[in-house]
Amino acid sequence: MEATPQVPSPLEETQRSGLSLGLAVWLFSLLGVAGALYARWVWTPQSVTREGTSIQSLFDIILGIILVAFIVVHLLLGYFVIRYRARGREAALYLPHHTALEVTYTAVPAAVLVALSVAGMVLWSRVHAPPPPDAFVVEVRGEQFGWSARYPGPDGKLGRVDNRVPAPFNVDPRDPASRDDVISPQIYLVVNRPNRVLLRTRDVQHSFWVPAFRLKKDLLPGATTELVFTPTRTGEFDLACAELCGVGHYTMAGKVRVVTQEEFDRWMRQQARRE
Amino acid sequence: MAAEAHVHVEHPQRESFWTRYVFSQDHKVIGLQYLLTSLFMALVGGALAMVFRTQLAWPQSGILQADQYLAAISMHGTIMVFFVLTPALLGGFANFLVPLKIGARDMAFPFVNMLSYWVFALSIVPLVASFFVPGGPLNAGWTAYPPLSALPQAAPGSGLGQTLWLVSIAIFCVSSLLGSLNYITTILVLRTRGMSLMRMPLTVWGIFVAAVLALLTFPVLMAAGILLLFDRLAGTSFFVPGGLVVGGQVIPHTGGNPLLWQHLFWFFGHPEVYIVILPPMGIVSDVIANFARKPVFGYPAMVASMLAIGILSFLVWGHHMFVSGMHPLLGTGFALTTLLIGVPSAVKTFNWLVTLWRGKLYFSTAMLFAVGFVSLFVAGGLTGIHLGNAPVDIPLHDTYYVVGHFHLVMGTAAVFGIFAGIYFWFPKMFGRLLDERLGRIHFWLTLLGVYGTFFPMYYVGMAGMHRRIYDYRAFPYLAHLQPVQVFITLSAFLIFAGGLVLAYNMLRSLTEGRPADRNPWRGTTLEWSTESPPPHHNWPGEIPQVYRGPYEYSVPGAPQDYLPQWEPEPAAVRAGGH
Repeated sequence: MEATPQVPSPLEETQRSGLSLGLAVWLFSLLGVAGALYARWVWTPQSVTREGTSIQSLFDIILGIILVAFIVVHLLLGYFVIRYRARGREAALYLPHHTALEVTYTAVPAAVLVALSVAGMVLWSRVHAPPPPDAFVVEVRGEQFGWSARYPGPDGKLGRVDNRVPAPFNVDPRDPASRDDVISPQIYLVVNRPNRVLLRTRDVQHSFWVPAFRLKKDLLPGATTELVFTPTRTGEFDLACAELCGVGHYTMAGKVRVVTQEEFDRWMRQQARRE
Repeated sequence: MAAEAHVHVEHPQRESFWTRYVFSQDHKVIGLQYLLTSLFMALVGGALAMVFRTQLAWPQSGILQADQYLAAISMHGTIMVFFVLTPALLGGFANFLVPLKIGARDMAFPFVNMLSYWVFALSIVPLVASFFVPGGPLNAGWTAYPPLSALPQAAPGSGLGQTLWLVSIAIFCVSSLLGSLNYITTILVLRTRGMSLMRMPLTVWGIFVAAVLALLTFPVLMAAGILLLFDRLAGTSFFVPGGLVVGGQVIPHTGGNPLLWQHLFWFFGHPEVYIVILPPMGIVSDVIANFARKPVFGYPAMVASMLAIGILSFLVWGHHMFVSGMHPLLGTGFALTTLLIGVPSAVKTFNWLVTLWRGKLYFSTAMLFAVGFVSLFVAGGLTGIHLGNAPVDIPLHDTYYVVGHFHLVMGTAAVFGIFAGIYFWFPKMFGRLLDERLGRIHFWLTLLGVYGTFFPMYYVGMAGMHRRIYDYRAFPYLAHLQPVQVFITLSAFLIFAGGLVLAYNMLRSLTEGRPADRNPWRGTTLEWSTESPPPHHNWPGEIPQVYRGPYEYSVPGAPQDYLPQWEPEPAAVRAGGH
């Protein structure tokens, strides 16, 4: 009986396959990292919210760590695969365990992961801090397959909504707070102040996703969810539904306009006149 | 072949074709039934992917309608998770290998074992039937979130197709339960003399932990599925709140909560990820040790990390729900547990690396896939550090970043484990080796295809490309990424082509493969001590006794570079004082 598995992997084949595999592992990992850096710096939208920018910074820190880990593991993997290809009469090292090494590579990832986790918790609680009382309020409604918005009028309150009421946006006219609400297909936000976007769905689940904000939140049937954030730049930004909501999911695109307070006030006065 | 050899065992009556190959109670036949069914379903699930990838790359071709596209992606996910990965591992390999590796004549409950396969086969019937009903298969994705999946008005596939899907999954859960009970019992009570728990090969450990997870989580999925059936058919409102209007109709339901479904689904769904990755972790450990001619480095740590992964996997499901609207405080806890599960995963990866270090590496196809597994597991696992970090997940959730992540870390990595296992144990299964040249073609096509398919998904995910979109032309800001979609699709074709090469190789090698002896890879574990293929009840004579751990390769002073578990201590080693 042969002492090693000779039949299906003759030495010259093992040599060739091992070399190819090692080189491939190196090449892929380099291409993979290059692609990731390119995608991060060329394709990823610039964040235009304060919270999104913090999220992006933490993303970048983690990206740095995982790219280094990825490269190191793949350099070693490729090197071992090439260097320790079976050559002939040499023997493998009998090494069942090595406590110090194992403890090290348990403790180091654990420390890094716990540190990242703490950083994440701090940021998470900031992103979910309760909205300040003077936040700009807008309600965004999703339905199969489109978006619309409602703004509180001078009373600063949004009226009650009941999907069974056959009125625009299903606003209940019996609620006095609803009389001055402004309903529009346009979603406006105000720059450089906290915005509180209330999210509501009329039918199935949707998700409010503005890539440039680096923020997303599901619209949960039967409840109102919200996103609180501060846009830092004016402009028109793409909105998409990020939760599968039916056949027209792919058409559920929209725009969000971040404007100055003056522009918004002017627009509101126009809407009020029109009504 | 060896079938004549079951002379001695308490099995006097001759078996008919039916009891031997169809309603067999032999764990090896049942294992092959599971494995071959899963591989067939992999071709179906893969073909669906080829079609919807064509749609994504060339949307103007209109090869699919929007609802057909949703049906295709939903069925692809369902088939790959429930009808390929789970049954191939906790069905195919678990059945075939557990008794052979622990030294048992069969599973603890052979009849229940047969039942579990046939219940599994039954569960495929409603799933396939849903292709042929009005409205087609489900449209709601493999996660089937209500209300989309609860209300027939919400999508064409939310009619009979969705009902059939739920029935199919519920039946599947029964089959999985029968199987898991069997694996757990067999491993705990039927080990041969000397086979202590800490002498079990890691494949058996992986299957054991996975079976415990399956036993505890599939019932939750089953309960959720039945509740959703009630919502659909009996007018209950577990998951559908009041006051919804769909397609202009006021929905009569009232008082349900769609988040409940997400909790129940992911309470199953996350452990499921480990159900399909723990057995491949074991397989890869076995294969790497064998072809590195070296003990698995840190065997106790490997076992401990499997147990840690198993326990933690019950506590991480909320990371699928960071943006769902659940209470933010929950997000904090789930983020911590999720990052912690990275620690045992890292330990395993480093242990595989050190196992390769100063080994004597033979690159059979099985070894190529095993090393490929390590690379994919790392490439997919590391981005879990992004996705598990709650705030960082906010922009990434439901984008291609997630699609790339899970396809690498639990989809293709598990598939690489399965492929490694097929090349490794095919000679034990059929008495013949798979063709290695075709195997290498299969490997290179698959490796290139997998990297080319799933790495670019990270990149477009960073750019904000969201999932489950039929046609990206509605989103002008994603238009410049269309060439990437084409690249991904072409790469995916390579994976499928590789799968066809494997299918051809298996069919051909059944009759034309090089005949294998008992132990073609000079392995150390018990399955290599019996004939290839083993007779019914596995060993013609006595069940072998076990004398040592599973990975005694290249022991200094030993007469050859492996010491099988079943051989008594050779004199040379004793004298060497090792």
